[in-house]
Amino acid sequence: MNAIQILGLTKKYGGQTVVDRLELSVPAGELFALLGVNGAGKSTTIKMLSCLLVPTEGDGLLMGHSVRTQSHRAKEILAVSPQETAVAPGLTVAENLELMAGIYGRPRERTAEVMDQLGLTQWVRRRAKTLSGGWQRRLSIAMALVSQPEVLFLDEPTLGLDVLARRELWGVIRGLKGRATIILTTHYLEEAESLSDRVGIMAAGRLRAVGTAAELKALAGCGSFEDAFVALAGEEAAS
Amino acid sequence: MRVRAFAKRNMKELIRDPLTLFFGLGFPLVLLVLMNVIQRNVPVHIFELDTLAPGIALFGLTFLALFSGLLIAKDRATSFLARLAASPMTAADFLLGYLLPLLPMAVGQSVICLAAAVALGLPLSWNLMAVVASLVPSALLFIALGLLCGTLFNDKQVGGMCGAILTNATAWLAGIWFDLSLVGGAFHTVAYFLPFVHGADGAKAALAGDWAVLPGHLLWVTVWAAAVLALAVVLFRRRLTER
Repeated sequence: MNAIQILGLTKKYGGQTVVDRLELSVPAGELFALLGVNGAGKSTTIKMLSCLLVPTEGDGLLMGHSVRTQSHRAKEILAVSPQETAVAPGLTVAENLELMAGIYGRPRERTAEVMDQLGLTQWVRRRAKTLSGGWQRRLSIAMALVSQPEVLFLDEPTLGLDVLARRELWGVIRGLKGRATIILTTHYLEEAESLSDRVGIMAAGRLRAVGTAAELKALAGCGSFEDAFVALAGEEAAS
Repeated sequence: MRVRAFAKRNMKELIRDPLTLFFGLGFPLVLLVLMNVIQRNVPVHIFELDTLAPGIALFGLTFLALFSGLLIAKDRATSFLARLAASPMTAADFLLGYLLPLLPMAVGQSVICLAAAVALGLPLSWNLMAVVASLVPSALLFIALGLLCGTLFNDKQVGGMCGAILTNATAWLAGIWFDLSLVGGAFHTVAYFLPFVHGADGAKAALAGDWAVLPGHLLWVTVWAAAVLALAVVLFRRRLTER
């Protein structure tokens, strides 16, 4: 079953087309990485799929619920971990998670499970603003998981983190595979190659290529994933 | 459930900010004591407690606009609001969640201000309770003005521009420090079209037990509060989902 179906999704600002007739299906349980250079349309696509931005044309279905006409239903089953760390700074770790549990109507016990899952138990009474960047990012992801989403959007989850913190978060993201359908956007190619089941490469608002990392390397005729990305994304950007 | 969870979060964010506590509770008290000291040392009656205390109680509520505006503007500046906007929360959930924690704060602020006035010599009477009740529409008005500012402007603009405009508008146009009829003319007309002086006059009328004029003032403030709140809801809803 497809958890996500994107049907001609388009976003235009005036005369500029930012996302251009996107077509994509993501099966339930898959971790799909969306790659592209700055301005490729990744974040706009995520915003439309998470009901934060109204598409100009086309639609996105999340577990069959339209983001255009059934956004309330879609919002019940999706969660977002935005590009910037999105936590309530004055609340403790536990209070941040309890807030999300309250909003989604989940039992309070769910917060303990998530804290345990993401190793946050040691910081339970620490205010979010006093945590390091890596732990704040981890808390941000934990807040997205409290609702047990069927579709999870991770928008640049490791941006700005040091190598160790990034590798730790990779472990966390790997642990989520199979529990939810995950769309991951990232600039780190090794992250996409290491974590994802399939990768989509966007350039100039279009989906240039979709496949496993190995398939994309074969498609571009390159030995490394980075070379394949440059060939596929650069080709479209130049055209 | 959603409103409760969000209101609880906002209440915690507010009471954990020491500046909120100082400006919300401490600053009106400082003004009250200062004006009372001035009154005791001048031969004319300009800052009598029976007119000063309700006026300063109203003036203290202007800080609620600042608190609600800053809270919403800071949430907008970070991705926190985007996270919540992607949740099942509706625009009404958001605005009630911002509004509800500030109402008990407004009542507490008025009670503390009037209690201080009693300590300074204002006679204790049941009418003090009516003053607190009469200030509720004004509290709603200032919270709504804060929500509107927070929806339209960033946190620096809310803290600087909106804070300065609202505190000055209330200070000059509410008739707290001087009788507006002394100025008269267009100033008087504009002041009585705006809601601030009606909030102050309503509170003064409640303290004096002048029940005949109280409903008119309360109605004027309530209509303004409803209009500003409706505008804030419309604009916030638009901001919540970009087009």
